[in-house]
Amino acid sequence: MEYFLQQLINGLALGSIYGLVAIGYTMVYGIIGMINFAHGDIFMVGAFIALLAFLILVAIGVTAIPLALFLVLLIAMVLTSLYGWAVERIAYRPLRGSFRLAPLISAIGMSIVLQNYVQLAQGARVKTLPPLVTGVHTILDLGNRLVVQISNIQILIIATTFALMTGFSWLVASTSLGRDMRACEQDLKMAALLGVDTNKTISLTFLIGAALASVAGIMYLLYYGVIDFHIGFVAGVKAFTAAVLGGIGSLPGAMLGGLLIGLIETYWSAYFSVQYKDVAAFSILIVVLIFMPTGILGRPEVEKV
Amino acid sequence: MKSARLVALVAAAGLFAATGPALSQITIGVAGPMTGQYASFGEQLRNGANLALEDINAAGGVLKKQLKLVVGDDACDPKQARATADRFVAQRVPFVMGHYCSSSSIPASEAYAEGNVLQITPASTNPTFTERKLWNTFRVCGRDDQQGAVAGKYLADNFKGKKIAILNDKSTYGAGLANETKKALNAAGITEVLNEAYTQGDKDFTALVSRMKAADIDVVYVGGYHTEAGLILRQMRDQGMKTILMAGDALADKQFASITGQHAEGVLMTFGPDPRNRPSAAEIVKKFKAKGIDPEGYTLYTYAALQIWAQAVEKTGSTDPKKVAATIKAGKWNTVLGEISYDAKGDITVLDYVVYQWKADGTYAELKK
Repeated sequence: MEYFLQQLINGLALGSIYGLVAIGYTMVYGIIGMINFAHGDIFMVGAFIALLAFLILVAIGVTAIPLALFLVLLIAMVLTSLYGWAVERIAYRPLRGSFRLAPLISAIGMSIVLQNYVQLAQGARVKTLPPLVTGVHTILDLGNRLVVQISNIQILIIATTFALMTGFSWLVASTSLGRDMRACEQDLKMAALLGVDTNKTISLTFLIGAALASVAGIMYLLYYGVIDFHIGFVAGVKAFTAAVLGGIGSLPGAMLGGLLIGLIETYWSAYFSVQYKDVAAFSILIVVLIFMPTGILGRPEVEKV
Repeated sequence: MKSARLVALVAAAGLFAATGPALSQITIGVAGPMTGQYASFGEQLRNGANLALEDINAAGGVLKKQLKLVVGDDACDPKQARATADRFVAQRVPFVMGHYCSSSSIPASEAYAEGNVLQITPASTNPTFTERKLWNTFRVCGRDDQQGAVAGKYLADNFKGKKIAILNDKSTYGAGLANETKKALNAAGITEVLNEAYTQGDKDFTALVSRMKAADIDVVYVGGYHTEAGLILRQMRDQGMKTILMAGDALADKQFASITGQHAEGVLMTFGPDPRNRPSAAEIVKKFKAKGIDPEGYTLYTYAALQIWAQAVEKTGSTDPKKVAATIKAGKWNTVLGEISYDAKGDITVLDYVVYQWKADGTYAELKK
């Protein structure tokens, strides 16, 4: 029982990070119907900006951890969303309206550009951050050998993710920007005809997606403490899988998909074998897609004519 | 159009002319993971090779020719290692120091054997490297069967009655070392409680850590590299575990401590007797320090690899790799690590693994018996 709960906490923390990245994939897909393959690398850029911000803050003497965390969050979200905006402006907007594959290839190109740019600018070695948020709490002690514990960083990750998810759902459901986004999702041309500034809406979508990815980057940096220019690839693949599993285009779906992938990996490692956790996660993806081709919460696609 | 082609031809001729003086030089190679997550070890190899080259050139070079170093990057990836090796072969390099990862050194050595290149690895410890009866493979470090025996014996002697887990990263080096350690441990009558494998590059070990916690593991032996071992340690401490971590020579880099922070304290590892403390190394260590480099891990092993080759070439009177290989096997070589001699396979003839302990300040020192 304790073991099951402990693994649940581990899985939720891992899944939350996947989910945060997955939201970026799903949003962009929802609004312009393309897979933004550079999104994983935006996440990586976010982690690097956060690391640099930490180092700069320590250098200028800001050592109170809550204050430093808040400032880093602010700096990383602003700068990373600029990257997200720039990627859209440079690589996707000029191709809007061309055939479907063009922006896809452009996205893969952008992903390579970002990876190599960080590799050249920051070096190819792994960068490390010593543990900043420490401390564990015992949440269940039944007097057995194993007690269920949650660390402060896990609390931080899960709480941040759920707070952002709630805030973001509210933004899409009840603000005028959210209404514009939903309009663009349904029909880009019609939305434009009805006075929605589609370019601005799409830009803002990229901005928000990148900001969420940067939060995921910070969490990753704090949780694992090791980043390199390549982390965006694996995280991107997992998050993309999560988005597809949950139903691409659906926000709660992305979150659900992320948590599911995290939990499957964790429970498979816990009860079967660590070696085969990726095999398990992707096998379940295949099974789900066979029976639910649009993912768990996805809507069946209506062919637009 | 024609004149443009002429210009191109002249330029090409100029290019050849520029490479002309290279004939009075001997180009040698150093290869290892210069990028990627094990790049800190590639840097150790490159630093060692660079200083050895400078020192040898300052003393007049080899066979009165100056040495020139080409750096190859394999990123610890077998495919890339093979490509790097092919490139060295195409450049007709007579000698390569490297690679670092056993999974790179082994496929690369086959390309070198066919392409007539002598290979001395400063760091690859997997037994297979020298067990295939290739003419060209040498190493300056020990072997994992020796290392595993030392680790297994240490575990058996010091942790009797404790619960031991053995993990490996499925790499040639990691799985091989974990297996040798397991053999030695089992031979001493102790069976591990948990034996698991993870994937190189994994970052999340929380599930594995909880599993070890549930199994009440006291000591975990990791056959793997420092990035994953560091993360496993960090996540064990995050979950409030006091389990002791032990691993092999792939922990011998300060970067391990920068991943774990203060948690590095008490971590055990096996490695050769600290080369920095040998009397033969004192002067060269000083030179490294003057350049702001701490010659830790395999830096001095790489320095020694070039010393052995340079001395053997002088003795042979040619850089012909096959002749040099025969000379190396027959002689005794004075290196920064002391005197080194080889058996017929290309392994060093002394056995030298000792147990180290990491300290909270991020350094490691030999454990006093």
